[in-house]
Amino acid sequence: MIEFQLDSTSGVATYLQLVQQVHQALQLGLLEPGDQLPTALQTVAKLAINPNTVHKAYRDLEREGLVKARPGQGTFVVKSLPRTDPATQTRFLNSMIKWLRDASAAGLGPDDIEAIYRTAERNMFVEGVA
Amino acid sequence: MIRFAWLQFRAQAAIAFGALAIIAIALAITGPHLVHVYDTMISTCKSQKDCGTAAAAFLHSNSTLRTWLGILVVVAPGIVGVFWGAPLVAREFETGTYRLVWTQSVSRTRWLAAKISVVGLFGILFAGLLSLMVTWWASPMDRVSMNTFANFDERDIVPIGYAAFAFMLGLGAGVLIRRAVPAMATTLVAFVAVRIAFINLVRPHFATALVISKHYSASFGPGRGTVFSYPMTLTSNVGSWVISSRTFNGAGNSVTNIACKLVSGIRVQPGSPRPSPAAIKARLRAAEAVFQKCIEQYRQVFTLQPASHYWSFQWYETVSFIAFALVLCAALIWWVRRRTW
Amino acid sequence: MTNVLKTNELGKQYGHKWALRHCTLSIPKSKVVGLVGPNGAGKTTLLQLAVGLLSPTTGTIDVLGGRPAENPSQLGRIGFVAQDTPTYARLSIVKHLQMGAWLNPNWDSKFADQRIDDLGLDRRQRAGSLSGGQRAQLALTLALAKRPELLLLDEPVASLDPLASREFLQTLMEVVEERDVTVVLSSHLVADLERVCDYLIVLAASKVQLSGDVENLLESHWRISGPRRDARDLPSNQHVIEESHTDKQSTFLIRTTQPIHDPAWKIAAVTVDDLVLAYMKNARDVEHQPLSTLREVS
Repeated sequence: MIEFQLDSTSGVATYLQLVQQVHQALQLGLLEPGDQLPTALQTVAKLAINPNTVHKAYRDLEREGLVKARPGQGTFVVKSLPRTDPATQTRFLNSMIKWLRDASAAGLGPDDIEAIYRTAERNMFVEGVA
Repeated sequence: MIRFAWLQFRAQAAIAFGALAIIAIALAITGPHLVHVYDTMISTCKSQKDCGTAAAAFLHSNSTLRTWLGILVVVAPGIVGVFWGAPLVAREFETGTYRLVWTQSVSRTRWLAAKISVVGLFGILFAGLLSLMVTWWASPMDRVSMNTFANFDERDIVPIGYAAFAFMLGLGAGVLIRRAVPAMATTLVAFVAVRIAFINLVRPHFATALVISKHYSASFGPGRGTVFSYPMTLTSNVGSWVISSRTFNGAGNSVTNIACKLVSGIRVQPGSPRPSPAAIKARLRAAEAVFQKCIEQYRQVFTLQPASHYWSFQWYETVSFIAFALVLCAALIWWVRRRTW
Repeated sequence: MTNVLKTNELGKQYGHKWALRHCTLSIPKSKVVGLVGPNGAGKTTLLQLAVGLLSPTTGTIDVLGGRPAENPSQLGRIGFVAQDTPTYARLSIVKHLQMGAWLNPNWDSKFADQRIDDLGLDRRQRAGSLSGGQRAQLALTLALAKRPELLLLDEPVASLDPLASREFLQTLMEVVEERDVTVVLSSHLVADLERVCDYLIVLAASKVQLSGDVENLLESHWRISGPRRDARDLPSNQHVIEESHTDKQSTFLIRTTQPIHDPAWKIAAVTVDDLVLAYMKNARDVEHQPLSTLREVS
């Protein structure tokens, strides 16, 4: 069983952090189909968060098809995340290397590249309105 | 709620009853002895015909204790009002616990009624028992002193009425002032004021007072000699409560001194011949007659309640104070229900 | 959705000062409601009105379908913890629990005993010698063991150290998960709001400045920044709550239900904390501004 953490300074909504942590655990193989997720009671008792946050996170995960809630028993993992296959990873790696070379040629240093990456990442996962 | 009110009051009740028990033991030890001394004194003094002095000696022997016990009985209702009545609700306001207890599933009426029943009844019981014990203990001496009304406030049933009233007065002060110490001070002052006012303005009128008029007189004669009769104090109606004693002159006015002069000597003009003994006698006789006529116009008027009224007065006063207490109780319950805060 | 607490133009006046004014809100069932605002904003007044410790000067208030404290059984459905958690200093914990059992029909004494043991408290200890955190936990136990439908907590963690505060909230969230209870939690501290509350009411300058589901509020408020612009030039469906300018750049916190189309804006989400602070600041500024310069912010 995994244990949830909360980073209250990250600016990321609580329920999203829970979803992300489940994704990460699935990625890393810490969670496999059949494993039980922590109950809402256990989670709120540890983190002092609103139970609806946990319910919302689990509902989202259920909608993604990753988990299933069994009434009276708990929420269980039903599917593992597709590990990105090595071919896709290589493809994006090459694409990234090309981009970095282009950026460097244009005069951007490591700090500029870092800033660009962070901004894009933040806008991608946080922004919701076009 | 009654159980909770008792839970809150338990500690104070224990102290009070502890004190009462100690007093009871002290009185139980000394009381029967007093009765024995009294019985012995009565049987011996009758034969020796000196009951007056024997009685005086008997009264004197335990007068300090008797006085202090009397003071205790007078003070007890004040204690009930100031220490149990006033802080009862004021403390809840002061400490904020009213915000805890008024949000439990109990109506304010039931809350207040429970506190009144538990602490109020206990206070009445306390004062009543104390009065009962002291009345019993002091009865030999009270019988001897025959000054029935002298200890009216510290015997029999009036302390019960006083305690009920003092408690409700204290509770009312606490509810209105909402701070314990100011409520206690206010209760003390108000209680003393009401008691004094009642004694002077109400108690004398429980029954029509007896009015006794005694004339001043003076007689001069060869037989018994000179006798002045100034009835400043009442010798009859033993044990009565003299409410007022006033001197009236012939015109019917109340006066503070008697304007009659008795001439006892004759002044002789220098150079005039000395009067004869017969003439002197005649002049003195004339002066005495003038004085006698003057003094006989004066009378002393006593307004009093006879000793036989003692018990009816005890009942009237007790019922009055209980009635005051009930009125205060109803007013308090109405006030608290109205949620004026 | 039924409402556990409804007010309409509720007001409370002390002498010449209004502690609460024109307060109109509806608190839905089964939410954890954060009642936030600066000190003296009227939070304690509102909660005490809800539980019958005060009576209104104007307006009406309805709790669980009836007038506050209209009868003992209604009081039995509400758990209230007053500010400073008053307890009887000379009575022990056990005696407090006895009071609860005697004065409440739905008292769950097993729950109460269990909680006291879980907290590690000595039941014979007098309430006066407990620490602030322990007293708060005792007061919460007394409120919870009544099995209330509505829990009103007035600044329950204000005087607690961080650990005691965390433990208090953990317990509270456990109860919210296990039972169907509505919680109204007042605080003048803004931290910890987002993790615990799913409904928000901002009370400032004795008035309701903001109220709504946290989810809805976060979807309708945005921080936009871009080249220097005046607030009046923004579209009418974008209400400015907060603005700040440098010589080249303007940042606005806006409320809107429409999509933001202008590509010049960089758009970021706001946190609950940002929202509360902005509305509180706005209320304070509006209070101090002369009437002629008041902006339309509704």
